[in-house]
Amino acid sequence: MRASDLLHPRPEGLYCPPGDFFIDPVRPVNRALITHGHSDHARSGHGSVLATQQTLDIMGLRYGEDFAGTTQAAAFGETIAIDGVDVSFHPAGHVLGSAQISVEHQGRRIVASGDYKRQKDATCAPFEPIACDVFITEATFGLPVFRHPPDTEEIARLLKSAAQFPERSHLVGAYALGKAQRVMRLLRDAGYDKPLYIHGALAKLSEYYQSQGIDLGELEPATVESGAKQDFAGAIVVGPPSAFADRWARRFPDPISCFASGWMRIRQRARQGGVELPLIISDHADWDELIITIKETGAEEIWVTHGREEALVRWCELEGIAARPLHLVGYEDEDD
Amino acid sequence: MNRFAELLDRLVLTPSRNGKLTLLTDYFRSVEDPDRGLALAAITGDLRIAAVKPAMLRTLVIERMDPVLFGYSYDYVGDLAETVSLVWPQTPGRIANREPTLGEVVAKLQAASRSDGPKVLAGLLDSAGISARFAIIKLVTGGLRIGVSARLAKQALADFGKVDVAEIEELWHGLSPPYTALFAWLEGKAEKPRNTAMALFRPVMLSNPIGDGDLEKLDPVDYAAEWKWDGIRVQAVAEGGIRRLYSRTGDDVSGAFPDLADAMHFSATLDGELLVGDPREATGTFSDLQQRLNRKTVTPKMQQQYPAFMRCYDLLQIGAEDLRGLSFRERRGRLEAFIGTLDPSRFDLSPFVEFTDWQALEDLRRAPPHPIIEGVMLKRWDSPYVAGRPKGPWFKWKRDPHTVDAVLMYAQRGHGKRSSFYSDYTFGVWSGAEGAEELVPVGKAYFGFTDEELRQIDKYVRDNTVERFGPVRSVRADRDNGLVLEVAFEGLNRSTRHKSGVAMRFPRISRLRWDKPANEADRIETLQALLDR
Repeated sequence: MRASDLLHPRPEGLYCPPGDFFIDPVRPVNRALITHGHSDHARSGHGSVLATQQTLDIMGLRYGEDFAGTTQAAAFGETIAIDGVDVSFHPAGHVLGSAQISVEHQGRRIVASGDYKRQKDATCAPFEPIACDVFITEATFGLPVFRHPPDTEEIARLLKSAAQFPERSHLVGAYALGKAQRVMRLLRDAGYDKPLYIHGALAKLSEYYQSQGIDLGELEPATVESGAKQDFAGAIVVGPPSAFADRWARRFPDPISCFASGWMRIRQRARQGGVELPLIISDHADWDELIITIKETGAEEIWVTHGREEALVRWCELEGIAARPLHLVGYEDEDD
Repeated sequence: MNRFAELLDRLVLTPSRNGKLTLLTDYFRSVEDPDRGLALAAITGDLRIAAVKPAMLRTLVIERMDPVLFGYSYDYVGDLAETVSLVWPQTPGRIANREPTLGEVVAKLQAASRSDGPKVLAGLLDSAGISARFAIIKLVTGGLRIGVSARLAKQALADFGKVDVAEIEELWHGLSPPYTALFAWLEGKAEKPRNTAMALFRPVMLSNPIGDGDLEKLDPVDYAAEWKWDGIRVQAVAEGGIRRLYSRTGDDVSGAFPDLADAMHFSATLDGELLVGDPREATGTFSDLQQRLNRKTVTPKMQQQYPAFMRCYDLLQIGAEDLRGLSFRERRGRLEAFIGTLDPSRFDLSPFVEFTDWQALEDLRRAPPHPIIEGVMLKRWDSPYVAGRPKGPWFKWKRDPHTVDAVLMYAQRGHGKRSSFYSDYTFGVWSGAEGAEELVPVGKAYFGFTDEELRQIDKYVRDNTVERFGPVRSVRADRDNGLVLEVAFEGLNRSTRHKSGVAMRFPRISRLRWDKPANEADRIETLQALLDR
């Protein structure tokens, strides 16, 4: 059996014919295995969903409890047989509940990474390299220019700016699931103990993180009711990036727009978005993490998906590792 | 090096002037000598380092990584310095225990010869992290482009030391990097540095605009009137064989006007307006003057075609005698006598405008005899020459602005207080044949409206968005739909960079014409007629 007979792309997503299931399908399917709760990977309307308990919880929060016909929780490391295919979930270090999915059949193992990172993150379990024959890696930041600095340095810059401009508020744009909570947790770890103000879109997910034992400290809604405009002077406000272009942002005094994203590594990206304080904090592997992970899996063959495939494929060629791009459709690469 | 790199990164993305000043003063406060002084010199363009060509930088990086991967990277980032700073391979073990300081980097670069320059640069890049590498590359390739003028840097020094910026300007050209004595004075640890250098800048006297009701309070007999020439304010200082032309903020612009500088055979300090042409025959227009502006090198042909001259209106020093304490009347008398000794093709006298009462002057102001006149200046006969912008002795009374009715085409989000408002507007006028008219952009403005009007335009933009490109929205604008803006501006220049062929000077929104249908906005011919005048 060839590897591509075990897993291959279909318009709906990555398909496993012997197990008759899809990984992260972008359209409703009968049986779906889901790596993590970001909306381009976890969609509603599948017949059955197999995912980690936390990913199932997050999908429930986002889509309502009836987001799928049936659900099954997979514990990390537990092997689940689906029509003779052995499936197991392993931490991916991307966001809370995120997993890589190992698919094994007739002695051949393919690991689909989903999205992952290697930097330490107090809001989710750390990535575990899984030995495999074929490793399907994401490549959101698959160019040698993407090198994420330590997240603690980035948070230190935010805190320095907050001290430099005490009369202004700092608006931190951060993706609602994962990034926002990570930023809050990093601020706490850096000793920031004032209340953090959050946009309504972050409330449910942040509450869920807290319920899972991830301490985010005191969170206040960033509403006008919670204070007059000047009360937000010196405040750090976290919200989805789109909200800062919105009229919502007018309640803050002379805000400094910050954006926590791996894309902020490129100055032009920051400039185009009108970002004054770019924070290079990413939930995806950077170039160095991608190539170290490829080596650690010991895989003979690498399939590269969503992102900048060509550079990573080129690197594998130079290293003598078989590699090819796996053209999957429907994943946004802008959500970091 | 990292603190300097961080400063550069913050400055380039911080649009507000006050924000930049805070970043600079904090830097001066927290960074020690000589690094802060070297950073200052880098910002003001006073740091001398042998340059490295972009091609050399590319060669260095290609020697260290796969050219294909570099190609993908450069294509994506689009900026060579930034790409190299990011992809430069970090060899484990080659990184020193600590990153080099700015002082160490500058010392190594200044000591490098032309031939070992690239090797020294590579060594520095090996020893630095990403941000520091970017700053190092910016230093050696020249041009930081961080949106901070020398003037703003001097203002930051003034804020830092709580002194008047004129004091900094007056000292500036006698100082050199790393400005240790200057910082010591600003921190109150030493006396003010003494200036012994020749041909220094004297901070200039500026005027206030005539406001509503100002004239009624002034007596015409107390004031002299001159035309307000729309050239460049310059100060010509020649002393001990050194000749310098300064801009009004104290930047040395001699290099751009060698023809004028060469004609400074005197020992004095003159204040006046730089214009082009031959003052005995004809004064050039603003478009002519533009040919000489913002050029790194001036060809002999350019100097011949558009010779620079100075129309003088004040004399601050002659020989060793400082005239600034004298009255304008006395200084003017001295100036008139002095001008006669100078090359008449390079220096002439700004003539008085004779008038008896304000109404007579108003009539003259409205119909000036030359297109490069932008109004009149009023100067109190008894006023000494004072640095800065004192209220009372000097007034400028500008020609009324031109206006045009244009249609809003694009709106861009602002920054800071305006970050959630579409507050920067690109507007256009009609062009093309009847029945096939289209809007052609003629300018961009981001002030002139009240906060309430800003809210109204913002709502209009959001309700009439056709397309979005990042922070920019394209607004519905056709013959039947569109918001007409009355735009005021000071003048028009020919422009090859703009599709419309014109560039407005100092455009601002003067009125919102909610009442006016878009198809009644002005046509490009209206503006073109103004150009040809």
